[in-house]
Amino acid sequence: MCLAIPAQVSELLDDQQRFAMVDIMGVRCRANIELLIDDPPNLGDWVLIHVGFAMSKISAEYAEEQLELLRLLGETVEVMDDMTTENPHPDAPRPTSPRGGEGDHPNANGESRERSAPGATQ
Amino acid sequence: MSLANTQVHFRDKQIQMAHGAGGEASRRLVEGLFEPAFSNPQLSALSDAAVLDLISNRVAISTDCFVVRPLRFPGGSIGELAVNGTVNDLAVSGATPAALTVTFILEAGLDSDVLRQEVLAMAEAARRANVPIVAGDTKVVEHGKADGMYISTTGLGPVDARSELNPQRVQPGDQVIFSGPIGAHGITIMIARHDVELEADIQSDTRPLLSLVGALIEQVGRDVRWMRDATRGGVATVLNELARDTKLVVELIEESIPVDDAVRGACELLGLDPLHVANEGQFVAIVSNEKASQAVDALRRVPGGEQACIVGQIGEGRVPRVVAKAAYGGTRIVDTLIGDPLPRIC
Amino acid sequence: MKYVDEFRDAALITKTLAEIRKVADGQRNYRIMEVCGGHTHSIFRFGLKDLLPVNVELIHGPGCPVCVLPMGRIDDGLELANDPSVIFTAFGDMMRVPGSKGSPLESKARGADVRIVYSPLDALKIAQENPDRKVVFFAIGFETTAPSTALTLMRAKELAVDNFAVFCNHITIAPAIQAILDDPEMKLDAFIGPGHVSTVIGCRPYEFIARDYHCPIAVAGFEPVDILEAMVMVLRQLRSGEAKVETQYKRVVPWDGNPAALRVMAEVFEERPHFEWRGLGSIPRSALAIRSEFGAWDAERTMSIPGVQIADPDGAQCGEVLRGLLKPHECRLFGKECNPERPIGALMVSSEGACAAHYKYGRREEDLVTLQ
Repeated sequence: MCLAIPAQVSELLDDQQRFAMVDIMGVRCRANIELLIDDPPNLGDWVLIHVGFAMSKISAEYAEEQLELLRLLGETVEVMDDMTTENPHPDAPRPTSPRGGEGDHPNANGESRERSAPGATQ
Repeated sequence: MSLANTQVHFRDKQIQMAHGAGGEASRRLVEGLFEPAFSNPQLSALSDAAVLDLISNRVAISTDCFVVRPLRFPGGSIGELAVNGTVNDLAVSGATPAALTVTFILEAGLDSDVLRQEVLAMAEAARRANVPIVAGDTKVVEHGKADGMYISTTGLGPVDARSELNPQRVQPGDQVIFSGPIGAHGITIMIARHDVELEADIQSDTRPLLSLVGALIEQVGRDVRWMRDATRGGVATVLNELARDTKLVVELIEESIPVDDAVRGACELLGLDPLHVANEGQFVAIVSNEKASQAVDALRRVPGGEQACIVGQIGEGRVPRVVAKAAYGGTRIVDTLIGDPLPRIC
Repeated sequence: MKYVDEFRDAALITKTLAEIRKVADGQRNYRIMEVCGGHTHSIFRFGLKDLLPVNVELIHGPGCPVCVLPMGRIDDGLELANDPSVIFTAFGDMMRVPGSKGSPLESKARGADVRIVYSPLDALKIAQENPDRKVVFFAIGFETTAPSTALTLMRAKELAVDNFAVFCNHITIAPAIQAILDDPEMKLDAFIGPGHVSTVIGCRPYEFIARDYHCPIAVAGFEPVDILEAMVMVLRQLRSGEAKVETQYKRVVPWDGNPAALRVMAEVFEERPHFEWRGLGSIPRSALAIRSEFGAWDAERTMSIPGVQIADPDGAQCGEVLRGLLKPHECRLFGKECNPERPIGALMVSSEGACAAHYKYGRREEDLVTLQ
């Protein structure tokens, strides 16, 4: 149920935002994008493809944030706290959504609005 | 090829049962198409067998049959595969092909142009490999069978005295070399068959391997322990055969396995492992540790060998198997393929 | 490959493994279940199991939609395939799965028109191109795949493609997790949650795991770094005694899921009161059926399906492996009567099946030594 591949939107194929051509390392396939109708992808956006359907947009900001945190692993205690999505470091910048929407990103932990005390782990 | 084309004078529009029956229609086919296309003295003699002058006491002989759908695909066609396939089996046995025979099983109703195209493709492939097609046979079966055509080829040729290829000579420490990037042919066929609706600049890698193998043997001679062309089932299958035959472990380095970007993209999308995907123009060689770098350099100097590389080594273990190790330490077993690789969604 | 290679980076994997060793309490054993078969596949394919500390054990869960399909449902599908007027279509994953009378590929060898499709829309296209035949799509998968089937049915209705039908075997993940948690024989400490299912349903459906069972869960992506990072997250929770739902797969998973996907699912599907799962028995409200508004495209309404119940073959311990009670190599048939060439159970055939993964990627002599 889980084979889904990141692909880049290379062409929008119709006005009703039903289909797009997506590109994976030069391989092109036609993907249905109706599941993203609430926030349709633009050319150049990266989406997750499963059985020929785009399931979700990929957030470059969140990807980079995650990689950055992992790169710093083992270096500072604060960094390890940051890995917990519920308790982002108070000074860490809040990533914006690909749309640049305000408020919490839809992918952040839903409980972040009720912030509990920073984790007493480690 | 154009010369053979003008001399081809087979005008029947379609293949019918009569063309396989040995009478007048068969004669038109042989004299009008096969003979001018394959054009060589033995074939022109048109006797029951071809007689060859071979001065050698070690002769390799190999046979293969080709069932391919679609008949033509980006980068090649069934005719080319039929010649290259057997040529390559001989090449990786250290032999230079001296002669090929071919048998056709044709579907009644097959458009003659389709047959003509394949015969000319075979003639061209044989010319490239410098091997004559000296004998053959044709049968025609009812419409609805044979998917258009099935082709079988047999080839033989003297074995290079400088080579000593035997899996028993493989030993721990020997290096595993691939002649180039893997997986192109299998993905090409899947796309050409519309098993999946993808567009990609991928084409079959079918080609004769004679010049590459020749350069390898020329450079390192007996230090090549074993070679195999990696066709159906991919490199994983031939390496597993090696492991079983030698009772050793083949240790691949995950990051060293050469795969072109587009092939990789298609494999990731379909959930396939390039190690299991068919090739038609790549081979695996096991070379002694001492001579492995020289071997790779020699291959890279040959046109078409630029991406030859060392992908791993032979090791020992309690159980013969093929494994792939990643830089971070992760190890997985690479098994023989069961059946054909199927796209997956899970 | 962008968004793939970065998460397979050797240095990051090494760092995350070191973090796991740091965070895991050496004085106790951890049993963490990865629910999703895709995670099982990744764990084996990237050789992660052997790199974990000995006291951190990964238990393979039942999130493999092929593996948990009872043999009877496969037989039902193949009954449809045996009708010469039918073109039977399914994902490649299904092709070698054995029913009691053979697999779809074996039916094909006996003359049935069985075709692999990559997308349900391809099956619909086959129906449009073959108006004189009936095309059946054997739909499998969790909530990841259900929206695609739903959209395809909506399209079939919109275009009035009358010769198309879906044999629906979609199942839902949360009830399976609950069944595992309710199983008195299962002792689990935490879950790695299914990343791609969650792109559809979001993370809220897992709240009951933390709230009612005090069990941590981190929803994870499928690359090695993703899985390992999720393990760090649940280990940290266990260390601090907390239990909550977290997401590691933020780059892709919306906390509230995909509303458009949930809408099309609600429009096309309804919950079955219960559904038989191989190894888990009958689970209430764990599967989807096609609503009557799309009844004309529902194979169960429009075609004659035997509905036979077939027990697992003798000796096969698929159920226990699916529930994580047994490791694949502990099944008495593993590697002997049951192997990828002659599979007895779906777990040995499906690329996500624990047995297949273990056989293909993870067979080791050391496996014969049981973990203490």
